[in-house]
Amino acid sequence: MFRRLHDPEPEAVTINFEGEILKVGVGETVAAAVLTANPGHSRTTPVTGAPRLPFCMMGACFDCLMEIDGIPNRQACMEIVQDGMKVRRQEGKRQLSA
Amino acid sequence: MNDTVDFLIIGGGPAGLAAAVEADGLGLSTLVLDEQPAPGGQIYRGIESVHPETRSVLGDDYGQGAALAGAFRASKADYRPGAAVWRVDEDGSVAYSQDGKGATATGTRILVATGAMERPTPIPGWTLPGVMTAGGAQVLLKSSGMVPSGPVVVAGCGPLALLITQQLIRAGADVVALLETTKFGDYLSAAPHLLTALRARDYLRKGRQLRRDIRAAGVPIHSGVDALAAVGEDKVRAVSFKRNGARSEIAVDTLLLHFGVAPNTQITRQVFCDHEWYEPQRYWRPVRDAWGATSQAAIAVAGDGGGIDGAVAAALTGRLAALDAAHRQGKIDQAERDRRAAPLRDEFATHQAIRPLLDALFPPPPQICAPPDDTTIVCRCEEISAGDIKEAVALGAMGPNQLKAFTRCGMGPCQGRMCGLTVSELIAKARGETVEETGYYRIRPPIKPVTLGELAAMAAMAAMAD
Repeated sequence: MFRRLHDPEPEAVTINFEGEILKVGVGETVAAAVLTANPGHSRTTPVTGAPRLPFCMMGACFDCLMEIDGIPNRQACMEIVQDGMKVRRQEGKRQLSA
Repeated sequence: MNDTVDFLIIGGGPAGLAAAVEADGLGLSTLVLDEQPAPGGQIYRGIESVHPETRSVLGDDYGQGAALAGAFRASKADYRPGAAVWRVDEDGSVAYSQDGKGATATGTRILVATGAMERPTPIPGWTLPGVMTAGGAQVLLKSSGMVPSGPVVVAGCGPLALLITQQLIRAGADVVALLETTKFGDYLSAAPHLLTALRARDYLRKGRQLRRDIRAAGVPIHSGVDALAAVGEDKVRAVSFKRNGARSEIAVDTLLLHFGVAPNTQITRQVFCDHEWYEPQRYWRPVRDAWGATSQAAIAVAGDGGGIDGAVAAALTGRLAALDAAHRQGKIDQAERDRRAAPLRDEFATHQAIRPLLDALFPPPPQICAPPDDTTIVCRCEEISAGDIKEAVALGAMGPNQLKAFTRCGMGPCQGRMCGLTVSELIAKARGETVEETGYYRIRPPIKPVTLGELAAMAAMAAMAD
């Protein structure tokens, strides 16, 4: 979907996206990192289950909602990647967990 | 933690940064709350970390942001990045979240410098994966050095559509066409403003150069395009459009939409500033005086959040607002404020001279303002279509706020940011009234989602302070 013009710096961090290990750039947003992994979709909508990807990349549209380190409904375009971060698609509504 | 400062600025784009530097120099204690992780706003996004090659691809205007960010870093202004403001009160108190914790701060004077948003782009299929705002793709280029990996079409109108097309081409993206909704009649409407625009001829020169660069790269520019639609099932596979009455399709992996920008009025609306409808570009803006002061005594606005004038003008209005804040708080007298403002006003007038021409040349097309196709989704969050909205109006919904009760339109996580303009236009059209009569959503706090954990952290800190 998106490709990097330059390889991530040697000090790049790795994140886990749905079991896939991604080497990503320092300071990159989660949404940017996921877009390089050809993800198909990053969430499905709560109403009809339609697939979505990040749309505005500036925190306005909320189409980039994902589950980050176990917390659902995070704006992936506003979260900076951290080494070892676990990122999952937000499928439909968030589930309440104990 | 409740900090009290003389000048509290919300937003770290050109207006907020320039205002902070000016205010700091005038002896005001200054705090900047910015949702982004680094200074620059969207226009200078990633300016401190951009790869040198990407920076040269983005061009000189983008590079200008480095000096501003540098001056800001050198100032004594208190800077809090990653701080999402979710409530502003009339008395100047502000609630925000940062690092998972809620906090409050109070400004004797508040400057809302939250900039612009790309206008909603409701065409059929705009929710499909692979369809994005052109500005979104530009953010990826600026902040991550990324470009779309397959064939790309940019569709829409306005100077930013041209700029982003040129930048993507220079960065090596496979741009196959630029589809412009701008038509011959728009040039006729714009012609009377050409003389005024000559005062800002630099913009005219840049616009011509962008077109030349795009054409020189062999990328066709199709003008007078209508009835745009994104085509595909689970992702976009083509863009469809009409030109000279004939329908065509171009295969794409990525479709980038851009129909101009509009002020982000979430905060000014939430704190009940008066707003007015700006007819030439069909957007709302807060009513403000020559210093950016709004109808709320403690609150001013600077930059594109008050009306679209561009990045350089935004920095100037930020400085004007800072001068006014310093005057109101006794740091400088009125004569001093006015003396310092005079050259800024001259420069601002020069930049503003291009606007009547741009407004006339790049009107948001009717297809975008009030989507004619009933199946087009208007509210991306709740998946409410143009037809659903018209039906609700037929059933008696009298305005945007009542429409919420009928349909949940505007009640999803984006809180109406992506549908508000379209909803007001559709209701106005269906009811045969002006958009001003129809009005806009009532925006209520929290204007960003807040978790209970963030609120709990805020309460715990307040308890510790007691």
